[in-house]
Amino acid sequence: MTGYVIRRVVWGIALLIIVCALTFLLFRIIPTGNPAVLRAGRDPQPQLIKEIERVLGLDKSLPTQFWDYIKGVFLHFNFGYSYYSQQSVLSLIRERLPATLSLTLGAAVVWMVAGLSIGIISALKRRTFWDRASMGTALVLISAPEFWLGLLALLLFSNDIGKLHLFPGAGSYVGLTADPLKWFTSLIMPWCVLAAGSAAVFARLMRGSMIETMDEDYIRTARAKGLPERRVIRQGVRSSINPIVTLLALEVGVLLGGAVLIEYVFNIPGVGLLAYHSIVQSDFEVIQGTVLLASMFIIIANIAADIGYAYLDPRVRYS
Amino acid sequence: MAEALLRVEDLRVEFPSEDGVVHAVDGITYQVQQGKTLGIVGESGSGKTVSSLTTLGLTRRQGARISGRIMFGGRDLVSLPEGELRSIRGNEIAMIFQDPLSSLHPLYKVGRQLIEALQAHKDISRSAARSRAVELLGLVGIPDPQRRVDEYPHEFSGGMRQRAMIAMALANDPKLLIADEPTTALDVTVQAQILALMERLQQELGMAIVIITHDLGVVAEVADDIAVMYAGRIVETASADAVFSSPEHPYTWGLLKSIPRLEASRSEMLVPIPGTPPSLIRPPSGCHFHPRCAYAQPDHARIDPALEPVPDDPSHFVACLLEPEERRRLWAELKAGRIPEQALADVSAEGSS
Amino acid sequence: MSDPELQIAPGPGERAGEEPLVEARDLVKHFPITRGVFLQRKVGAVKAVDGVSFAVRRGETLGIVGETGCGKSTTARLVMRLLESTSGQLTFDGQDITKVKGAPLKAIRRDVQMIFQDPYSSLNPRKTIGSIISEPFAIHGLLTEKDERRKAVQELMETVGLNPEHYNRYPHEFSGGQRQRIGVARALALKPKLLIADEPVSALDVSIQAQVLNLLRDLQRKFGLTLIFIAHDLSVVRHMCDRVAVMYLGRIVEIGSGDALYAFPRHPYTGALLSAVPVADPSRHGGKRRLLTGDVPSPANPPKACRFHTRCPKAQDLCSIEDPPLEDKGTGVLTACHFPLTREEVAEMGLATVTQSTPAG
Repeated sequence: MTGYVIRRVVWGIALLIIVCALTFLLFRIIPTGNPAVLRAGRDPQPQLIKEIERVLGLDKSLPTQFWDYIKGVFLHFNFGYSYYSQQSVLSLIRERLPATLSLTLGAAVVWMVAGLSIGIISALKRRTFWDRASMGTALVLISAPEFWLGLLALLLFSNDIGKLHLFPGAGSYVGLTADPLKWFTSLIMPWCVLAAGSAAVFARLMRGSMIETMDEDYIRTARAKGLPERRVIRQGVRSSINPIVTLLALEVGVLLGGAVLIEYVFNIPGVGLLAYHSIVQSDFEVIQGTVLLASMFIIIANIAADIGYAYLDPRVRYS
Repeated sequence: MAEALLRVEDLRVEFPSEDGVVHAVDGITYQVQQGKTLGIVGESGSGKTVSSLTTLGLTRRQGARISGRIMFGGRDLVSLPEGELRSIRGNEIAMIFQDPLSSLHPLYKVGRQLIEALQAHKDISRSAARSRAVELLGLVGIPDPQRRVDEYPHEFSGGMRQRAMIAMALANDPKLLIADEPTTALDVTVQAQILALMERLQQELGMAIVIITHDLGVVAEVADDIAVMYAGRIVETASADAVFSSPEHPYTWGLLKSIPRLEASRSEMLVPIPGTPPSLIRPPSGCHFHPRCAYAQPDHARIDPALEPVPDDPSHFVACLLEPEERRRLWAELKAGRIPEQALADVSAEGSS
Repeated sequence: MSDPELQIAPGPGERAGEEPLVEARDLVKHFPITRGVFLQRKVGAVKAVDGVSFAVRRGETLGIVGETGCGKSTTARLVMRLLESTSGQLTFDGQDITKVKGAPLKAIRRDVQMIFQDPYSSLNPRKTIGSIISEPFAIHGLLTEKDERRKAVQELMETVGLNPEHYNRYPHEFSGGQRQRIGVARALALKPKLLIADEPVSALDVSIQAQVLNLLRDLQRKFGLTLIFIAHDLSVVRHMCDRVAVMYLGRIVEIGSGDALYAFPRHPYTGALLSAVPVADPSRHGGKRRLLTGDVPSPANPPKACRFHTRCPKAQDLCSIEDPPLEDKGTGVLTACHFPLTREEVAEMGLATVTQSTPAG
């Protein structure tokens, strides 16, 4: 098991380097604005551009730039500096991370609780009105784009422009430590909107898995033992969760991608919004920093899912 | 004769399906005596498993329509409310199944599954239940039960898994153990071990056993009485000795003569039962077996045979429209290794469905 | 291991001096077990088949019996050349096929056909049975004329007792027994020299088994088929086979004529197998069962010397030191045992076999 974990972590690091290289190349090859030009202001002198390029290190060859960057990241934990604010990427991200974590972790809770419980209930109440209604809704939510859902939610429920003044609208986010209640109410809509798609996918997955499990021989054994139905269902849930766990990690990527849009729609000052602005401004090192952060989360989620799977299923522990 | 432990009367189980109603069990009556073993023999689709699952109330949630009576300890299990039936399941009546690997929860330790069975019916502490679980594993012959109790089913061999299933079934000292093809998934030497174990436990604990199988060899080993099922009905029932020495129903003959036997000479021809088991949605009219019966007469497709005692053995019942003398003659011929003329026609060509 | 020449003592109806169709010498198949953090290194091997020698004469049926994991199916796959052996030698029809590849291998595939256990999963549900049975013709580019092919297929269907008019039906329209007939027809299409049947009836209902067994026996007689018949059911093997090999943990422990072997098993494992078979006759419960205790050891780590010594009621010190050779113990059957069963011991077990047909000598 430890050998397996070590192998996975090493692969994860290798993958991060590859991701680094890819984003590095991608944003330098595709024709975006030259950050030096963007930074030099109106009608700049060519010398000024050269000077800025030199300061930013853009005059060096691509491999040297890449090597410097990788060295900074892995040896000094230095992700570079924003071309605009001169702030270090790390501090930019650190400033905005709490908002993004609030959004994504909360959404993950909504996603799992809603998705799994709706799935389980649908499986147990197969072919009833509840089952059909929730699976139909799930299909709509899977198909609807997040930003559209976000705008729709604002139009319907926000307390400024909404039809029903239920929740605080866009731009109302405050930090958890500043005002816990306001933090919570301001995030209700973003959580639900961000979680909707994933919750719907997982409700359907869980329903399928649960239906399959409840037909298993060992469920029949559990009933034949005379266990109360509640305990029988618990046994079913226990094994239905397993195949879902590996898929959780895949969905983390979807969630992070969604966070960019949701932060934009609800104007939440998080890493997603930072990423959005840095892309618009060709702020390479910030882009790289956010992409790297996102990939790290996805890789960690995958390793965690694999370890979790081995923990949940004794049959794979020994292989 | 003393009051039977289990008395099934005119039990019918039907499942509505998209293609029509499946008549899985079509009016069967049998008894199980205290401390005795009844073998129910039949092929897949004969209704032998459904009738037993119904005894435990396990077909209810599959939407089965159930009629008739299943009398156990003065109660009718067909009409018993689910809550009361649950307190009988795994307690007074326990069941084990064909595939011990898929019948054990793969993610729980064996011990936990045993403890669960105990705690479902008894107010017993976890540690007491655990030591009882170890004791039960020892009882069914699992070596080193102290350690094995903390292992998962996949760490057990096939035979040990079935032993664990039996231990679980015995957890609450049942009066009746229903074993559905308990050895079919096992190797022959392991099968012998499991059958010996079941016999030993029956002697020690005095429970009655219903063993469901397609294997006549298995019932011959362990059963006191035998019921032969075909297409949802019991076609013959008698003591094990009578079924093997003087079987009365052509289907029973078919089963006996279609399996190769170790003691038979190699040149002895197998006499197959032609055709295939019928659809339970539209079972054949009259005697359900008539389309595959070499000795069927035209009116056997019209008349429903009743399960009646044979002339000189009041405990031997058969549902066959042939005359008793005719049956005796045919069996005598078959037993002598000759194949009656009627049976020879159309032996190899299967029914052109 | 033993000298395989020993096994080629002439059988009934055999022309003297004829070479066997299949000959396996010391066939070994190990499946590696790997482990490691970065580099996968071999830490052991599952010894599925571990030194098996046998011969199959033309026109005879050799049965291979044994319990789960004894290596009988792996042996069949080695003979089929679906697997390549780790070591040993395999000859087929006088030709060394141990390592053949490419076109010669394809030719062997044509001469060796297989009937599988599960008639449900081994037939493509989207193809008509006509095209399933004619598949071998297509693979080997034979009978390219459409009518010709159709005629050949319908003849085959007739041979195996299927209605030739059902040429255009799909597998789901057939019952288990009929599907197994389709499998047999497909296997017979190219008139193979050798047919391998791997548990051909164990997935079928009792009443259907006899139909398929009788069909195979008819075909044996009609076409003089050479058949390797693999099954776990000792009665079925006895019924179908001229000679029988008993396998335990990747080895043949006993091989010889079915009559002799069943009447007087010399190897304690054969004895245990036979005495474990439930007999469909309640009056025969006289004999003393020889119940084996424990489970079959793991083929990844089999016991040293005689594989059976850990469970053998007759085992002595020698059995864990020296591998017993496969040799004739006086009944014409080859037995790999230092302390074979005696007549008294066999009589005590009360085996339900035809004892009177024991060959003299």
